[in-house]
Amino acid sequence: MAARSLGLLVSVVILALVALTSIAVGAKELSLTQVWHGLFQDTGTYGDVVVGERLSRTVLGLLAGAALGLAGAVLQAVTRNPLADPGILGINAGASAAVVTAITFFGVTSLSGYVWFAFLGAAAVGVLVWFLGGSRGATPVRLALAGTALSAALYGYLQAVMIMDGAALGKMRFWTVGSLTAATDAVIVQVLPFFVIGTVTALLLARPLNALEMGDDTARALGAGLDRTRALALFSATVLCGAATAACGPIVFVGLMVPHVVRSFTGPDLRWILPYATVLSPVLLLGADVVGRIVARPAELQVGVVTAIIGGPVFILLVRRRRTAQL
Amino acid sequence: MKTTGTRPPVKTSGTPRAVRVLRTPGGLSVRLDLRTCTVVALLVVAALAASVVLIGTGDFPMSAADVLRTLAGEGNPGQEFIVRELRLPRVLVGLLVGACLGLGGALFQSISRNPLGSPDVLGLSQGATAGALIVIVLFSGSAAAVTLGALAGGLTTGLAIYLLAWKRGVHGYRLVLVGIGVNAVATAVNGYLITKADFVDAARAVVWLTGSLNGRDWTQVGPLFALCVVLLPLVLGCARGLRMLEMGDDISYALGVHVERVRLLMLGSAVLLVAAATAAAGPVSFVALTAPQLARRLTRSPGPNLMPSLCMGAALLVTADWAAQRAFGADQLPVGVVTGVLGGVYLLWLLVTERRAGRI
Repeated sequence: MAARSLGLLVSVVILALVALTSIAVGAKELSLTQVWHGLFQDTGTYGDVVVGERLSRTVLGLLAGAALGLAGAVLQAVTRNPLADPGILGINAGASAAVVTAITFFGVTSLSGYVWFAFLGAAAVGVLVWFLGGSRGATPVRLALAGTALSAALYGYLQAVMIMDGAALGKMRFWTVGSLTAATDAVIVQVLPFFVIGTVTALLLARPLNALEMGDDTARALGAGLDRTRALALFSATVLCGAATAACGPIVFVGLMVPHVVRSFTGPDLRWILPYATVLSPVLLLGADVVGRIVARPAELQVGVVTAIIGGPVFILLVRRRRTAQL
Repeated sequence: MKTTGTRPPVKTSGTPRAVRVLRTPGGLSVRLDLRTCTVVALLVVAALAASVVLIGTGDFPMSAADVLRTLAGEGNPGQEFIVRELRLPRVLVGLLVGACLGLGGALFQSISRNPLGSPDVLGLSQGATAGALIVIVLFSGSAAAVTLGALAGGLTTGLAIYLLAWKRGVHGYRLVLVGIGVNAVATAVNGYLITKADFVDAARAVVWLTGSLNGRDWTQVGPLFALCVVLLPLVLGCARGLRMLEMGDDISYALGVHVERVRLLMLGSAVLLVAAATAAAGPVSFVALTAPQLARRLTRSPGPNLMPSLCMGAALLVTADWAAQRAFGADQLPVGVVTGVLGGVYLLWLLVTERRAGRI
């Protein structure tokens, strides 16, 4: 107990360090004094403006990272599936397809408009994958296959739209990779309520989800409301993924990797996994963002590309480590 | 874990299946299932009929009779030119690509023992796409270079998936999941390459990404045809081992099948088929996923259903190309859009029927 509390504290410190790095590192090099100056004594110099830009980018990274990691942990618990991830299950693709539809066919241009489409798409695909994968009898393999197949269909649709509409191609080709570059204060303010609602719901679900992990019968015997817990869990995951995707575009594998790493030192108790995932996922996302800024200087590698390139091997490693009977 | 839970049920009661066995004096025997033979024959007729209609479709419409007369060499010079030089190669590429995808898909689904285990899902198409995009975006390469890039990308991805899934043998489920991981990485790389491109290259890349038969000529027909001629006998020769493999590794060993050898050979052939098809037409989605399933439902026969899948793939792709041209005007939308929509409908149908039957 004490060790795990201490660990959480250490994680918060690491997160603060990574956030600071994210503000300090980029195409324009800044000294630490300049960063300090920009953060606390804004006088409108060039360096201060750069810090301001990076600050909103870092905050969005924090929020989106926490949302994706938490959503991944909740999805893994509620589907009892070690491979559940908003990207693998096609939820990101659903949100993308809905946003593209909003931009192209309904002329929605503002984030506050298409965030609702993102939720709708995420929810629809979440439910569809759940049924395609076999609902309660779902195996990890079937769920992953259903999600990937549905993603393939939705990406086909995305491409068709981009071919027919040159303007949409111009905008969407950057959005569909997943990046934090679009971050502004306005974006953050718009998606913040959704992050808060989703995060609070998810964290409150830790106890009933713990019961659910023991199997339906035991959970019922322990007094957990099965259907209510499942519905709330899917709701929180959808809100978190939808908001993150609307703000940054689809980012894969963050929700998959972090809960696994966390579980290796917290054990299976979700009351610890969920807070740890909330704190450590932004570390991964911001870290990936910083790496993307460093390796391709002065251009950038989008954060969605970096997480996929790091996450793919981790996913494969997870698959290889388990015996197939456990999957 | 149920490994065959998604197969359509095979009727065990009712009339027995009509099966003939051909035996040669040398001791070879071939089992001919009459229903399967009929399905194959009907699919071939359907594919050829759709081809004739497709040749007659376009800005210069021709009746089926005219098309047949021109193909026989008795048309006027204008018709000869349009049919021989413009439309026939496109249709032939369509037929061959569809056949390759159908056969490759049947092999993949049989080896992964899963109706969703097709090359679209396992990252092969995305890998081939990455190869092509690298050529388009980083080198602004010619059409031939793009083809080679796609081929190299597909083969590299296939090899990577096989090696990564290897752990004292390749198990079907591990193969599927490793493929899904590779697919996600390749998708991200492709997205990145498109953001790097300037606008003209990006537009070209996106059309290629969808899978299109526009502007295919004779230079693409030859290599595809040669590949089919080489691989088809090899694959059909191993079909018996593949059929055993669907019962599980242990039973196959007991029945004398070289499990890993057959699997490697079949996977290699499937990768080659899909990579070649992708190189010729781009990653046309979902043909490899749907063709084997539709074929299986028509023949009502267990096992990989290789020939019916092949014919079904060819018929599907040509019909889809015709539908794309009719519905949106010539050269407006590539064939991949139509197959994508068909694939989506198929997925929903799978969902409904499998649930109703209580299999998932």
